[in-house]
This record gives sequence, structure tokens and C-alpha cells, in this order.
Amino acid sequence: MKETEKEKYKKYAEGHAPKSPTVKNCAVAFITGGAICVVGQALTELYSKLEMSKEDTGTLVSVTLIFITALLTGIGVFDNIARHAGAGTLVPITGFANAVASPAVDTKTEGYVLGVGSKIFIIAGPVILYSTAAGALYGVIYALYRLIFI
Amino acid sequence: MENMIKYLWAFLVGGAFCIPAQILIDKTKLTPARILVGYVVAGVFLGAVGLYEPIVNFAGAGATTPLTGFGYLVSRGIREAVDEKGLLGALTGALSAASGGISAALIFGLLAALFFRAKKKR
Amino acid sequence: MGDIIKTDSAYITASSSVVGSLEKAGPLGEYFDIWDEKDDTFGKDSWEKSESEMQRLALKCSMEKAVLSEGELDVIFAGDLINQCISSGYGLVDFDVPFLGIYGACSTCAEGLLLSSVFSSYTKKRCAAVTSSHNCSAERQFRFPVEYGSQRTPTSQWTVTGAASFIVSPKNDRGERVKIVDVMAGKSIDAGITDVNNMGAAMAPAAADTIQRYLTESKRDAESFDCIVTGDLGLEGSSILLEIMKKKGFDISSKHRDCGVEIYDIEKQDMHAGGSGCGCSGVTVASYFTDKLKKGEMSDILFVGTGALMNAMSLQQGNSIPGIGHLVHMVRE
Repeated sequence: MKETEKEKYKKYAEGHAPKSPTVKNCAVAFITGGAICVVGQALTELYSKLEMSKEDTGTLVSVTLIFITALLTGIGVFDNIARHAGAGTLVPITGFANAVASPAVDTKTEGYVLGVGSKIFIIAGPVILYSTAAGALYGVIYALYRLIFI
Repeated sequence: MENMIKYLWAFLVGGAFCIPAQILIDKTKLTPARILVGYVVAGVFLGAVGLYEPIVNFAGAGATTPLTGFGYLVSRGIREAVDEKGLLGALTGALSAASGGISAALIFGLLAALFFRAKKKR
Repeated sequence: MGDIIKTDSAYITASSSVVGSLEKAGPLGEYFDIWDEKDDTFGKDSWEKSESEMQRLALKCSMEKAVLSEGELDVIFAGDLINQCISSGYGLVDFDVPFLGIYGACSTCAEGLLLSSVFSSYTKKRCAAVTSSHNCSAERQFRFPVEYGSQRTPTSQWTVTGAASFIVSPKNDRGERVKIVDVMAGKSIDAGITDVNNMGAAMAPAAADTIQRYLTESKRDAESFDCIVTGDLGLEGSSILLEIMKKKGFDISSKHRDCGVEIYDIEKQDMHAGGSGCGCSGVTVASYFTDKLKKGEMSDILFVGTGALMNAMSLQQGNSIPGIGHLVHMVRE
């Protein structure tokens, strides 16, 4: 096919495809995402009784949510929830935890070093890389700012 | 009553954070990995310009649980590290603040691999 | 010289299907020979080994149906979706039969039947055409880890867990009366689709091209067939195919059926656009359509196996997805 024909067909196919039910999907994502944050809030209230620093309390809440996600991933439940929840389970820390736990469980057939060890980063790696890079960039700018203005 | 309002805001703000991602999934066919990267970088940016902190104070877990909260943690770690040791902090701050979350994900992921095998999708 | 290749002595003397639990639970469930209702592992500890095991079971079952020993089978054509066709390589290694690996993505079933029938007609040798796909092995190679949670778009298709085997003989030695009378190789056509979740749209132009070439060259009307079966266009690809054909001046809508649509109860099983994968057309043709020909409920079928010729790397590099459609014309004799 010629390039112009391809462009035309691609447009036609995009127009032809049934659209995702965005309103319904957004509603489900809103409710599940909100519900996960409510669990996070409840854990925060619970852990605040432990007399830790605010930072440590926050970390412990994340750790708990990550643990629950890893467990649900291991027993094969998380993917079936996420299939309906969409962004509702992707955006909270659960999405990150599943992105780490699922390749780990999945690649153990290729061994613990070359399988689990390297593939564990296959989806979460970019998240860690670009948060570090964005942070470093901010650090440089902030250091310069301090040098000049403070 | 005050507690209930905290929960309500956590729910509303946390839920609201999910909506742009859902629209991206439905309308642009962006893969989840790209969306996660977008969220975390946006969190770093919003944290850096000081916009995220007020949301955290206001919505609690509604702002710290989404991945933007992870980015915010990174920006806070960077700021503290640079305050303490200057330019070197740009390299040490990012992962130190987020290390709890990252380590937990890796360790629990590894444990999941030890104890479980993948099951058919449904 | 046209593109149609006559195959004067090629009979499907036996065919078999091995499926997973979702396929067994689907509307064609009763037609399949072997299934794993439990966990789709077929007793193996990796998905790739499970898929290999399915191919082994499929070939074994079809040989038993045809009452053949290994010495009576002259060559196997087999292929699948997993890198370098290892499901076929490992699955069929224990059979003491010459082996030719083939790749046609989801069109592999049709490609294998095409090669087998030509081989059988021109060498008078007995062939087997074997293919498979497994939802989990395909999922981890082409999309995400099996336990990764993601949402599917309405045009996405579900890789069928299924393996199929056909015995193609130069003589009608089992009296099954299912004959391949002619075949036509498809052309690889890149229609510019880059969305991996819309394979139906990527493959429909190739299927349309093959069907148009066949109907034109054979001077036959679509209405003169019992049905024109496409491999795995799914709901979306099927609907596009009918529109393209109409534009070309062919109305095949009353005769068209698609294995990707037939194999699941799409609404109830929440399968979006339907099934896909080598096993999709493989098990549907091996069990359902061959059965209809055997029983005389149908007597003239055009089968166009469709495939999307891409891999995970080509997608990441942003390449569009070429489609292909190989045609096999099966009749009841």
C-alpha cells in the first residue's frame, strides 16, 4: 500500500473502532482509586498511634499497600481487579507494586538471576529511572538557585 | 466528624488523580508504563514548584498514595539533601526519600516470586 | 498463470484439537478432543512447556484417529507464536518424523494446511499440519507479565489457548471425505495500523485481498460457498472486512464467519473483539468446521487463515503491522 493509502486506512480504522466507555471507566477508576486512598488514610490513622515521625508513618502506609498488592499479585487476583479498575489500581502505589511483583512471579521460570533479577524492573525500571532523573534535574536547579539567591 | 471529612477528601482527591490516567488509557492508547512515568515525573515537578505540599496537607493519603506522591517524595528528598550538602544532594536525595517504597516493592516482589507461580489469567 | 494452486490429492483424514478452560467453556466446547479444565498448565511448570505439551497431545490424538504409526507419517509442518517456534520444536521432538518449522503468525494453521496439501498432492506423501498458541505464553511474550493488571480496549483480542493437528493424506484412506481442492498463498499487506490492540483492522485488508483474488480467479460467487471462514479477525476485523469487500464489489456478508468470533461467547465471556492466535483458527477449523464437512452439514468451505506479522520489538520501534491471509478451499467429497 502507498503511504497516503495507509494514512487514510489508519484514520478509517480509528474511526471505525468502538470507543472505550470512558465515562463508565472513569467512574470505576475514581471509585477504586478513591477507595485505595481511603485504605491508605485508615492505615495512616492507625499507624499514627505508633508515635513515629510523619515521614515514617507515610512510608509504612506505602509498604503495607505494596505488601497487599504483592500478595494479591501472587495469588493471581490483582490482574482480575485491575482489568475492571483500570487507572483506579494503576495510579495508586498499587500500580507500581504490581508492576514490580508481576514480572517477578512471571519470570521465575527463567531463574532467579536472569529471570526475576533482571525482569523485575521491566515496567517499574522506567519509573525509577525517570523519577531519579527528574529529581536530579530539580536538585541541580535548586542548588544553583541557592547559590545565587541565598 | 473531622475524621470523616479527612476520609472524604482522601477519597475524592485520590479518585480524582485517577481520572486523567483513565482518559489517557482510553483516548491515547498510551501504555501503562508511560502513564506511570508521566505521573511520577509530574509529581517531582509539582513537588519542586511547591504545589504538591498543600495538596498533601489537605488530602492526606489521597495525595500520597497516587504515584504523583512518590514523585513528590523524591522532590522533597532532593530539597533536603541539597540544603544539607549542596550540589551532591542532587544525586543522593532522589532515591533516599523513596527508598522505603522501592525496597518494599522489590523485596515483596521477590518473596512473591519465591512463594507463587503465575496462574492463568482467568 | 493465476495464484490458485490445485491440490488434486489432499485429504484431511483426521484432525484434533487441544484447548484450555475458557475455550472448553465457550460455545464450541463440545467439539474439542482434549482439554485442561483446571489451570491450563497441562501439568507442566512453564507456559512454554504447557504449549509444547498441547502440540504433542494434538499430533498424537490425530495420529490415533487416523490409525497411523510414526513410520507412516512422512513430514510435519508446524509452527506457533513463541520466539523461533519453540512450542513446535520441543513439542514434536519425540516424534520420529521429518519436521519442517513454519511461521505465519496466527495464519499458521492455514499455512500448514496449504503446504501439506501441496506437498501431499505433488509427492504423494502423508503430512501433518500442527499449530498452537497459549494465552499465557503469548501474553508474556507480546504484552505484559501474566499477573500484570491492565485494561483492554474494545478492539483487543484474547489469545486462544489451543493446539490443532491435521493429518493430510494423498489418499482418502479413512473415508472421511474431507478434501482440500485448491489453495492460495496470501500476500503480506501493510495497511498502516500501529495499534497492537486492533489486530483485526491490521489483518482485514490482507484477508480481503486474498478473498478477492480467489473469487475473481475462480470466477465463483461468494454465495456458492457454504461459508467463507476467516481466522481471527474478531468482531472489529470482520466488520471492516465486509466493508472493504463491499467497496470492492463483493458482498460476502451472508456467508462470512470468523473463528475469533465463533470460539467464545464474546458477551458472556467478556472477550472484547474475540479470540486470536494460531490456536484460534486451528482448533475451530480442526474441530467445528471439519466436523460439519464430515457430517455433510456443509460441503464447500473457503478458509482464510489470517495473521499479523509483527513482534514485540517491531511494535516498540513504532512499525506498522502487516497482515496476511492464506486460503485453503475445503470440500466434502
